[in-house]
Amino acid sequence: MRHIRNLLAAGAATAGLVGGHSAYASGTPAGTIIQNTANATYSSGSSTSTIQSNTVTVKVDQLIGVAVTALTSTPVTIGTAPAVLIYQVTNTGNGADSFDLTGAPNVSGNAFNATLQTVAIDTNGNGVYDPGVDTVITNGAASQSLAPDATIKVFLLAASPTTATDTQTSQVRLTATSVIGAGTPGTLFAGKGTGGVDAVVGASGGAANALANLIASMASVTLTKSAVVADLYGGTNPVPGALVTYTIVAHVTGSGTAGSLTVTDAFPAGTTYQSSSLTLGGTALTDTADSDAGTASATGITVTLGSVTGGSADKTIAFKVKIN
Amino acid sequence: MRTFSRNVMTAMVILAASPVLAMSASGAVPGAVALDSSIKLDKIVTENGQTKHEYVAPQKVVPGNHLVFVTSYRNTSDKPVDHFVVTNPVPSPVALESVNADNFEVSVDGGKSWGKLAQLTIAKPGASVRAAQDSDVTTVRWVIPVIAPGASGTLQYLAVVR
Repeated sequence: MRHIRNLLAAGAATAGLVGGHSAYASGTPAGTIIQNTANATYSSGSSTSTIQSNTVTVKVDQLIGVAVTALTSTPVTIGTAPAVLIYQVTNTGNGADSFDLTGAPNVSGNAFNATLQTVAIDTNGNGVYDPGVDTVITNGAASQSLAPDATIKVFLLAASPTTATDTQTSQVRLTATSVIGAGTPGTLFAGKGTGGVDAVVGASGGAANALANLIASMASVTLTKSAVVADLYGGTNPVPGALVTYTIVAHVTGSGTAGSLTVTDAFPAGTTYQSSSLTLGGTALTDTADSDAGTASATGITVTLGSVTGGSADKTIAFKVKIN
Repeated sequence: MRTFSRNVMTAMVILAASPVLAMSASGAVPGAVALDSSIKLDKIVTENGQTKHEYVAPQKVVPGNHLVFVTSYRNTSDKPVDHFVVTNPVPSPVALESVNADNFEVSVDGGKSWGKLAQLTIAKPGASVRAAQDSDVTTVRWVIPVIAPGASGTLQYLAVVR
Protein backbone atom coordinates (compact mmCIF):
# COMPACT_ATOMS: atom_id res chain seq x y z
CA MET A 1 0.00 0.00 0.00
CA ARG A 2 2.80 2.33 0.84
CA HIS A 3 4.23 2.45 -2.66
CA ILE A 4 0.81 3.24 -4.11
CA ARG A 5 0.52 6.22 -1.88
CA ASN A 6 3.97 7.34 -2.91
CA LEU A 7 3.05 7.09 -6.56
CA LEU A 8 0.14 9.41 -5.92
CA ALA A 9 2.42 11.77 -4.10
CA ALA A 10 4.80 11.67 -7.04
CA GLY A 11 1.95 12.82 -9.25
CA ALA A 12 1.29 15.70 -6.92
CA ALA A 13 4.94 16.68 -6.83
CA THR A 14 5.00 16.82 -10.60
CA ALA A 15 1.92 19.00 -10.65
CA GLY A 16 3.68 21.41 -8.34
CA LEU A 17 6.22 22.16 -11.03
CA VAL A 18 3.76 22.86 -13.80
CA GLY A 19 3.28 26.49 -14.66
CA GLY A 20 6.80 27.54 -15.41
CA HIS A 21 8.65 30.49 -14.05
CA SER A 22 6.63 33.61 -13.52
CA ALA A 23 7.11 36.23 -16.19
CA TYR A 24 5.13 38.88 -14.33
CA ALA A 25 6.77 42.08 -13.18
CA SER A 26 4.12 42.12 -10.48
CA GLY A 27 5.21 38.70 -9.26
CA THR A 28 3.71 35.28 -8.92
CA PRO A 29 -0.05 35.49 -9.52
CA ALA A 30 -2.31 35.44 -6.48
CA GLY A 31 -3.76 32.00 -5.86
CA THR A 32 -0.67 30.17 -7.13
CA ILE A 33 0.09 27.05 -5.09
CA ILE A 34 3.69 26.57 -3.99
CA GLN A 35 4.33 22.89 -3.30
CA ASN A 36 7.33 21.30 -1.78
CA THR A 37 8.15 17.60 -1.74
CA ALA A 38 11.60 16.22 -1.02
CA ASN A 39 12.83 12.93 -2.42
CA ALA A 40 15.67 10.86 -1.04
CA THR A 41 17.59 7.79 -2.03
CA TYR A 42 19.88 5.82 0.23
CA SER A 43 21.42 2.47 0.64
CA SER A 44 21.42 0.25 3.65
CA GLY A 45 23.33 -2.95 3.45
CA SER A 46 22.81 -4.28 -0.09
CA SER A 47 19.48 -2.60 -0.76
CA THR A 48 18.70 0.80 -2.22
CA SER A 49 15.60 2.71 -1.20
CA THR A 50 13.76 5.75 -2.43
CA ILE A 51 11.49 7.72 -0.17
CA GLN A 52 9.45 10.82 -0.51
CA SER A 53 8.43 13.35 2.05
CA ASN A 54 4.99 14.71 2.67
CA THR A 55 3.93 17.51 0.32
CA VAL A 56 3.60 20.97 1.81
CA THR A 57 1.54 23.58 0.04
CA VAL A 58 1.42 27.33 0.46
CA LYS A 59 -0.99 29.51 -1.45
CA VAL A 60 0.24 32.88 -2.70
CA ASP A 61 -1.93 35.73 -1.48
CA GLN A 62 -2.76 38.90 -3.35
CA LEU A 63 -0.50 41.88 -2.99
CA ILE A 64 -2.41 45.06 -3.79
CA GLY A 65 -0.44 47.51 -5.90
CA VAL A 66 -1.08 50.37 -8.28
CA ALA A 67 1.01 52.94 -10.12
CA VAL A 68 -0.09 56.13 -11.87
CA THR A 69 1.99 58.21 -14.26
CA ALA A 70 1.17 61.29 -16.27
CA LEU A 71 1.77 60.61 -19.95
CA THR A 72 1.59 64.29 -20.83
CA SER A 73 5.03 65.36 -19.66
CA THR A 74 5.06 68.87 -21.09
CA PRO A 75 2.33 71.25 -19.96
CA VAL A 76 -0.83 70.99 -22.00
CA THR A 77 -2.20 74.30 -23.20
CA ILE A 78 -5.62 75.20 -21.95
CA GLY A 79 -7.55 78.05 -23.51
CA THR A 80 -10.98 78.35 -25.03
CA ALA A 81 -10.98 74.60 -25.66
CA PRO A 82 -10.68 72.10 -22.79
CA ALA A 83 -7.32 70.45 -22.25
CA VAL A 84 -7.01 66.65 -22.44
CA LEU A 85 -4.63 65.26 -19.85
CA ILE A 86 -3.51 61.65 -20.24
CA TYR A 87 -2.50 59.34 -17.41
CA GLN A 88 -1.56 55.70 -17.21
CA VAL A 89 -2.77 53.42 -14.44
CA THR A 90 -0.97 50.10 -13.92
CA ASN A 91 -2.03 47.22 -11.71
CA THR A 92 1.30 46.44 -10.05
CA GLY A 93 -0.34 43.83 -7.83
CA ASN A 94 -0.28 40.10 -8.53
CA GLY A 95 -4.03 39.65 -8.83
CA ALA A 96 -6.92 41.18 -10.74
CA ASP A 97 -8.08 44.47 -9.27
CA SER A 98 -10.19 47.50 -10.17
CA PHE A 99 -9.28 51.04 -9.31
CA ASP A 100 -11.40 54.04 -8.39
CA LEU A 101 -10.32 56.91 -10.66
CA THR A 102 -10.57 60.39 -9.18
CA GLY A 103 -9.56 63.56 -10.94
CA ALA A 104 -8.84 66.62 -8.80
CA PRO A 105 -8.08 70.00 -10.39
CA ASN A 106 -7.57 71.79 -7.08
CA VAL A 107 -3.90 71.29 -6.35
CA SER A 108 -1.93 73.37 -3.89
CA GLY A 109 0.22 75.93 -5.70
CA ASN A 110 -2.03 76.27 -8.71
CA ALA A 111 -2.24 79.74 -10.23
CA PHE A 112 -5.75 78.82 -11.31
CA ASN A 113 -7.91 75.76 -10.83
CA ALA A 114 -9.33 74.18 -13.93
CA THR A 115 -12.81 72.70 -13.98
CA LEU A 116 -12.93 68.94 -14.42
CA GLN A 117 -15.35 68.19 -17.23
CA THR A 118 -14.90 64.55 -18.08
CA VAL A 119 -13.15 61.41 -16.83
CA ALA A 120 -12.76 58.80 -19.55
CA ILE A 121 -10.96 55.49 -20.03
CA ASP A 122 -9.15 54.91 -23.32
CA THR A 123 -11.39 52.10 -24.55
CA ASN A 124 -9.68 51.57 -27.89
CA GLY A 125 -6.20 51.97 -26.43
CA ASN A 126 -5.00 54.50 -29.00
CA GLY A 127 -3.89 57.07 -26.43
CA VAL A 128 -6.14 59.75 -27.91
CA TYR A 129 -9.43 60.86 -26.42
CA ASP A 130 -12.17 59.84 -28.83
CA PRO A 131 -15.53 61.33 -27.78
CA GLY A 132 -18.28 58.78 -28.15
CA VAL A 133 -15.80 55.92 -28.28
CA ASP A 134 -13.88 56.08 -25.03
CA THR A 135 -15.81 55.18 -21.90
CA VAL A 136 -16.80 58.20 -19.85
CA ILE A 137 -17.12 57.45 -16.14
CA THR A 138 -18.29 59.42 -13.16
CA ASN A 139 -15.41 61.04 -11.34
CA GLY A 140 -14.36 58.60 -8.61
CA ALA A 141 -15.99 55.57 -10.23
CA ALA A 142 -14.11 52.32 -10.70
CA SER A 143 -12.22 51.13 -13.74
CA GLN A 144 -12.81 47.75 -15.27
CA SER A 145 -10.91 44.86 -13.70
CA LEU A 146 -7.23 44.94 -14.60
CA ALA A 147 -5.12 41.79 -14.74
CA PRO A 148 -1.70 41.89 -13.04
CA ASP A 149 0.65 44.19 -14.99
CA ALA A 150 -2.24 45.45 -17.13
CA THR A 151 -2.48 49.17 -17.83
CA ILE A 152 -5.19 51.57 -18.88
CA LYS A 153 -4.95 55.13 -20.08
CA VAL A 154 -7.22 57.64 -18.40
CA PHE A 155 -8.22 61.02 -19.80
CA LEU A 156 -9.13 64.04 -17.72
CA LEU A 157 -10.74 66.86 -19.66
CA ALA A 158 -10.18 70.18 -17.93
CA ALA A 159 -11.71 73.53 -18.84
CA SER A 160 -10.14 76.85 -18.07
CA PRO A 161 -11.83 79.26 -15.70
CA THR A 162 -12.45 82.77 -17.06
CA THR A 163 -10.06 84.11 -14.43
CA ALA A 164 -7.02 82.37 -15.89
CA THR A 165 -4.56 84.65 -17.60
CA ASP A 166 -2.08 83.89 -20.32
CA THR A 167 0.89 81.61 -19.35
CA GLN A 168 -0.44 80.83 -15.87
CA THR A 169 0.18 77.23 -14.87
CA SER A 170 -1.90 74.66 -13.04
CA GLN A 171 -1.83 70.98 -12.16
CA VAL A 172 -4.50 68.30 -12.16
CA ARG A 173 -4.17 65.15 -10.07
CA LEU A 174 -5.44 61.69 -10.94
CA THR A 175 -5.65 59.26 -8.04
CA ALA A 176 -6.25 55.54 -8.52
CA THR A 177 -7.35 53.61 -5.44
CA SER A 178 -7.68 49.83 -5.24
CA VAL A 179 -11.28 48.71 -4.97
CA ILE A 180 -10.14 45.76 -2.84
CA GLY A 181 -8.70 48.16 -0.32
CA ALA A 182 -6.10 50.75 0.52
CA GLY A 183 -4.29 51.69 3.69
CA THR A 184 -1.03 51.21 5.51
CA PRO A 185 1.18 48.66 3.72
CA GLY A 186 0.53 45.29 5.29
CA THR A 187 -3.15 45.92 5.95
CA LEU A 188 -5.05 42.68 5.41
CA PHE A 189 -8.33 42.30 3.54
CA ALA A 190 -9.24 38.71 4.33
CA GLY A 191 -10.78 36.81 1.44
CA LYS A 192 -11.04 39.92 -0.74
CA GLY A 193 -8.40 38.90 -3.27
CA THR A 194 -8.93 37.31 -6.65
CA GLY A 195 -10.46 33.85 -6.26
CA GLY A 196 -11.12 34.54 -2.59
CA VAL A 197 -7.50 34.60 -1.46
CA ASP A 198 -6.48 37.05 1.22
CA ALA A 199 -5.31 40.45 -0.03
CA VAL A 200 -2.52 42.45 1.56
CA VAL A 201 -1.82 46.13 0.87
CA GLY A 202 1.58 46.53 -0.77
CA ALA A 203 4.14 49.30 -0.63
CA SER A 204 1.97 51.67 -2.70
CA GLY A 205 -0.61 51.72 0.06
CA GLY A 206 -3.20 50.56 -2.46
CA ALA A 207 -3.44 54.02 -4.00
CA ALA A 208 -1.26 56.13 -6.26
CA ASN A 209 -1.54 59.48 -7.97
CA ALA A 210 0.19 61.63 -10.54
CA LEU A 211 0.04 65.27 -11.56
CA ALA A 212 -0.25 66.55 -15.10
CA ASN A 213 0.53 70.15 -15.98
CA LEU A 214 -1.55 72.80 -17.66
CA ILE A 215 -0.49 76.15 -19.04
CA ALA A 216 -3.08 78.79 -19.85
CA SER A 217 -2.94 79.98 -23.40
CA MET A 218 -5.16 83.02 -23.66
CA ALA A 219 -5.62 85.78 -26.20
CA SER A 220 -6.56 89.40 -25.52
CA VAL A 221 -8.29 91.48 -28.18
CA THR A 222 -8.03 95.27 -28.30
CA LEU A 223 -10.20 97.27 -30.68
CA THR A 224 -9.13 100.81 -31.52
CA LYS A 225 -11.53 103.01 -33.46
CA SER A 226 -10.65 106.28 -35.14
CA ALA A 227 -12.41 108.65 -37.52
CA VAL A 228 -11.22 110.93 -40.28
CA VAL A 229 -13.62 113.61 -41.58
CA ALA A 230 -13.43 115.12 -45.05
CA ASP A 231 -15.90 117.91 -45.78
CA LEU A 232 -16.97 119.09 -49.18
CA TYR A 233 -14.66 122.06 -49.01
CA GLY A 234 -11.38 120.26 -48.55
CA GLY A 235 -11.47 120.65 -44.79
CA THR A 236 -12.08 118.31 -41.88
CA ASN A 237 -15.20 119.80 -40.36
CA PRO A 238 -18.06 117.42 -39.48
CA VAL A 239 -20.69 119.32 -41.36
CA PRO A 240 -23.60 117.92 -43.39
CA GLY A 241 -22.34 116.32 -46.53
CA ALA A 242 -18.96 115.53 -45.01
CA LEU A 243 -17.60 111.98 -45.35
CA VAL A 244 -16.41 110.21 -42.20
CA THR A 245 -14.01 107.28 -42.60
CA TYR A 246 -14.09 105.05 -39.56
CA THR A 247 -11.14 102.74 -38.96
CA ILE A 248 -11.25 99.86 -36.45
CA VAL A 249 -7.97 98.06 -35.66
CA ALA A 250 -8.26 94.64 -34.00
CA HIS A 251 -5.04 93.85 -32.09
CA VAL A 252 -4.67 90.33 -30.64
CA THR A 253 -1.98 89.56 -28.02
CA GLY A 254 -1.11 86.53 -25.90
CA SER A 255 -0.02 82.98 -26.67
CA GLY A 256 -3.53 81.79 -27.33
CA THR A 257 -6.03 82.21 -30.08
CA ALA A 258 -9.08 84.44 -30.15
CA GLY A 259 -11.73 82.16 -31.61
CA SER A 260 -14.72 83.25 -33.69
CA LEU A 261 -13.66 86.87 -33.50
CA THR A 262 -16.37 89.07 -35.00
CA VAL A 263 -16.30 92.89 -35.12
CA THR A 264 -19.58 94.75 -35.36
CA ASP A 265 -20.17 98.48 -35.45
CA ALA A 266 -23.43 100.43 -35.72
CA PHE A 267 -23.65 103.48 -37.91
CA PRO A 268 -24.02 106.70 -35.90
CA ALA A 269 -27.43 108.35 -35.98
CA GLY A 270 -27.66 111.07 -38.59
CA THR A 271 -25.27 109.38 -40.98
CA THR A 272 -25.70 107.29 -44.12
CA TYR A 273 -23.45 104.39 -45.00
CA GLN A 274 -21.61 104.79 -48.26
CA SER A 275 -22.26 101.56 -50.11
CA SER A 276 -19.30 99.34 -51.04
CA SER A 277 -16.96 101.33 -48.79
CA LEU A 278 -16.26 98.46 -46.38
CA THR A 279 -12.65 97.22 -46.47
CA LEU A 280 -10.59 94.74 -44.51
CA GLY A 281 -6.84 95.24 -44.62
CA GLY A 282 -7.34 97.64 -47.53
CA THR A 283 -9.25 95.06 -49.57
CA ALA A 284 -12.86 95.84 -50.48
CA LEU A 285 -15.64 93.67 -49.08
CA THR A 286 -19.08 93.45 -50.63
CA ASP A 287 -21.99 94.72 -48.58
CA THR A 288 -24.04 91.59 -49.10
CA ALA A 289 -23.79 88.55 -46.84
CA ASP A 290 -21.71 86.24 -49.00
CA SER A 291 -18.44 84.40 -49.07
CA ASP A 292 -16.32 87.34 -48.00
CA ALA A 293 -15.86 88.35 -44.36
CA GLY A 294 -17.89 91.54 -44.41
CA THR A 295 -21.54 92.56 -44.40
CA ALA A 296 -23.08 96.01 -44.32
CA SER A 297 -26.73 96.25 -43.32
CA ALA A 298 -28.98 99.25 -42.90
CA THR A 299 -27.78 99.72 -39.34
CA GLY A 300 -24.13 98.73 -39.23
CA ILE A 301 -21.27 96.56 -40.39
CA THR A 302 -20.17 93.08 -39.37
CA VAL A 303 -16.75 91.61 -40.16
CA THR A 304 -16.03 88.00 -39.27
CA LEU A 305 -12.33 87.55 -38.51
CA GLY A 306 -12.58 83.94 -37.24
CA SER A 307 -9.67 82.51 -35.28
CA VAL A 308 -6.90 85.00 -34.77
CA THR A 309 -3.73 83.88 -33.02
CA GLY A 310 -2.08 86.21 -30.56
CA GLY A 311 0.73 88.27 -32.05
CA SER A 312 -0.54 88.02 -35.61
CA ALA A 313 -0.76 91.14 -37.77
CA ASP A 314 -3.41 93.68 -36.82
CA LYS A 315 -6.71 93.43 -38.65
CA THR A 316 -7.82 96.82 -39.98
CA ILE A 317 -11.45 97.40 -40.87
CA ALA A 318 -12.63 100.63 -42.49
CA PHE A 319 -15.91 102.05 -43.83
CA LYS A 320 -17.36 105.41 -44.79
CA VAL A 321 -20.52 107.26 -43.78
CA LYS A 322 -21.86 110.62 -44.91
CA ILE A 323 -23.20 113.11 -42.42
CA ASN A 324 -26.82 113.87 -43.31
CA MET B 1 8.05 24.73 -24.46
CA ARG B 2 11.27 24.58 -22.55
CA THR B 3 9.52 24.63 -19.20
CA PHE B 4 7.16 21.92 -20.29
CA SER B 5 9.88 19.58 -21.41
CA ARG B 6 11.76 20.12 -18.16
CA ASN B 7 8.66 19.17 -16.20
CA VAL B 8 8.29 16.01 -18.20
CA MET B 9 11.89 15.12 -17.39
CA THR B 10 11.25 15.63 -13.68
CA ALA B 11 8.16 13.48 -13.82
CA MET B 12 10.12 10.69 -15.45
CA VAL B 13 12.77 10.81 -12.79
CA ILE B 14 10.21 10.44 -10.05
CA LEU B 15 8.26 7.71 -11.75
CA ALA B 16 11.36 5.77 -12.65
CA ALA B 17 12.31 5.74 -9.01
CA SER B 18 9.08 4.11 -7.92
CA PRO B 19 9.87 0.48 -8.90
CA VAL B 20 12.96 0.71 -6.74
CA LEU B 21 10.78 1.82 -3.89
CA ALA B 22 8.46 -1.12 -4.46
CA MET B 23 11.36 -3.55 -4.22
CA SER B 24 12.69 -2.08 -1.03
CA ALA B 25 9.27 -2.05 0.56
CA SER B 26 8.90 -5.76 -0.07
CA GLY B 27 12.48 -6.57 0.95
CA ALA B 28 13.51 -7.69 4.39
CA VAL B 29 16.33 -5.20 4.84
CA PRO B 30 15.35 -2.57 7.37
CA GLY B 31 17.35 0.70 7.10
CA ALA B 32 14.55 3.20 7.19
CA VAL B 33 14.54 6.93 7.06
CA ALA B 34 11.64 9.29 7.75
CA LEU B 35 11.55 12.40 5.61
CA ASP B 36 9.51 15.46 6.50
CA SER B 37 9.01 18.57 4.45
CA SER B 38 7.86 21.96 5.68
CA ILE B 39 7.79 25.60 4.52
CA LYS B 40 8.43 28.52 6.85
CA LEU B 41 8.04 32.23 6.22
CA ASP B 42 11.18 34.21 6.92
CA LYS B 43 9.63 37.15 8.74
CA ILE B 44 12.01 40.05 9.13
CA VAL B 45 11.28 41.95 12.31
CA THR B 46 12.92 45.22 13.24
CA GLU B 47 13.06 45.73 16.97
CA ASN B 48 14.91 48.65 18.54
CA GLY B 49 16.78 49.14 15.30
CA GLN B 50 17.89 45.51 15.25
CA THR B 51 16.82 43.32 12.36
CA LYS B 52 16.06 39.75 13.17
CA HIS B 53 14.53 36.82 11.35
CA GLU B 54 11.61 34.83 12.66
CA TYR B 55 10.64 31.61 10.94
CA VAL B 56 6.90 31.36 11.20
CA ALA B 57 4.09 29.34 9.63
CA PRO B 58 3.31 30.94 6.25
CA GLN B 59 -0.13 32.41 6.90
CA LYS B 60 0.19 35.21 4.36
CA VAL B 61 2.59 34.85 1.47
CA VAL B 62 2.99 37.47 -1.26
CA PRO B 63 5.60 38.10 -3.96
CA GLY B 64 8.85 39.24 -2.40
CA ASN B 65 8.43 37.20 0.76
CA HIS B 66 11.27 34.91 1.74
CA LEU B 67 10.47 31.27 2.39
CA VAL B 68 12.58 28.60 4.01
CA PHE B 69 12.09 25.12 2.59
CA VAL B 70 12.97 22.67 5.30
CA THR B 71 13.52 18.93 4.93
CA SER B 72 14.04 16.93 8.13
CA TYR B 73 15.31 13.37 8.14
CA ARG B 74 15.69 10.73 10.79
CA ASN B 75 17.13 7.27 10.60
CA THR B 76 14.33 5.36 12.30
CA SER B 77 16.09 2.03 12.07
CA ASP B 78 18.89 0.39 14.03
CA LYS B 79 21.09 0.15 10.94
CA PRO B 80 23.25 2.87 9.46
CA VAL B 81 22.11 4.39 6.18
CA ASP B 82 24.67 5.19 3.49
CA HIS B 83 24.86 7.65 0.61
CA PHE B 84 21.73 9.49 1.62
CA VAL B 85 20.82 11.83 -1.23
CA VAL B 86 17.96 14.28 -0.74
CA THR B 87 16.63 15.92 -3.88
CA ASN B 88 14.30 18.88 -3.56
CA PRO B 89 12.77 20.51 -6.64
CA VAL B 90 12.58 24.28 -6.28
CA PRO B 91 8.94 25.21 -6.94
CA SER B 92 8.64 27.41 -10.00
CA PRO B 93 6.95 30.34 -8.18
CA VAL B 94 10.06 30.86 -6.06
CA ALA B 95 13.68 31.66 -6.83
CA LEU B 96 16.56 30.25 -4.82
CA GLU B 97 18.60 32.70 -2.79
CA SER B 98 22.28 32.01 -2.58
CA VAL B 99 22.45 32.29 1.18
CA ASN B 100 24.00 29.05 2.46
CA ALA B 101 24.25 27.80 -1.11
CA ASP B 102 27.53 26.14 -0.22
CA ASN B 103 25.69 23.46 1.73
CA PHE B 104 24.19 21.81 -1.32
CA GLU B 105 24.56 21.15 -4.99
CA VAL B 106 22.20 22.67 -7.48
CA SER B 107 20.86 21.80 -10.90
CA VAL B 108 19.59 24.23 -13.51
CA ASP B 109 18.24 21.53 -15.82
CA GLY B 110 15.77 19.65 -13.64
CA GLY B 111 18.35 17.34 -12.09
CA LYS B 112 20.23 16.11 -15.16
CA SER B 113 23.50 17.74 -14.13
CA TRP B 114 24.67 18.97 -10.76
CA GLY B 115 27.29 21.28 -9.34
CA LYS B 116 27.90 24.48 -7.50
CA LEU B 117 26.00 27.39 -8.99
CA ALA B 118 29.19 29.12 -10.09
CA GLN B 119 30.12 26.12 -12.23
CA LEU B 120 26.84 25.94 -14.12
CA THR B 121 25.83 27.71 -17.29
CA ILE B 122 22.60 28.32 -19.14
CA ALA B 123 22.45 27.69 -22.87
CA LYS B 124 19.26 28.65 -24.60
CA PRO B 125 18.66 28.48 -28.35
CA GLY B 126 19.49 31.77 -29.98
CA ALA B 127 21.32 33.15 -26.96
CA SER B 128 24.93 32.97 -25.92
CA VAL B 129 25.87 30.74 -23.01
CA ARG B 130 25.73 32.60 -19.72
CA ALA B 131 26.55 31.87 -16.12
CA ALA B 132 23.69 30.39 -14.14
CA GLN B 133 22.02 32.59 -11.56
CA ASP B 134 20.08 31.84 -8.41
CA SER B 135 16.80 32.18 -10.26
CA ASP B 136 17.81 29.49 -12.77
CA VAL B 137 18.06 26.75 -10.16
CA THR B 138 15.43 24.06 -10.65
CA THR B 139 16.54 21.54 -8.07
CA VAL B 140 18.80 21.31 -5.03
CA ARG B 141 20.30 18.22 -3.46
CA TRP B 142 22.27 17.25 -0.43
CA VAL B 143 24.51 14.22 -0.20
CA ILE B 144 25.04 12.80 3.27
CA PRO B 145 27.60 9.97 3.38
CA VAL B 146 26.14 8.17 6.35
CA ILE B 147 23.37 8.51 8.90
CA ALA B 148 23.88 6.61 12.11
CA PRO B 149 20.96 4.70 13.62
CA GLY B 150 18.61 7.13 15.32
CA ALA B 151 20.46 10.16 13.99
CA SER B 152 18.56 13.05 12.48
CA GLY B 153 19.17 16.34 10.75
CA THR B 154 17.62 19.27 8.99
CA LEU B 155 18.33 20.54 5.49
CA GLN B 156 17.07 23.83 4.23
CA TYR B 157 17.28 26.38 1.50
CA LEU B 158 16.04 29.93 1.29
CA ALA B 159 13.99 31.20 -1.62
CA VAL B 160 12.07 34.34 -2.50
CA VAL B 161 8.57 34.31 -3.96
CA ARG B 162 8.88 35.62 -7.51
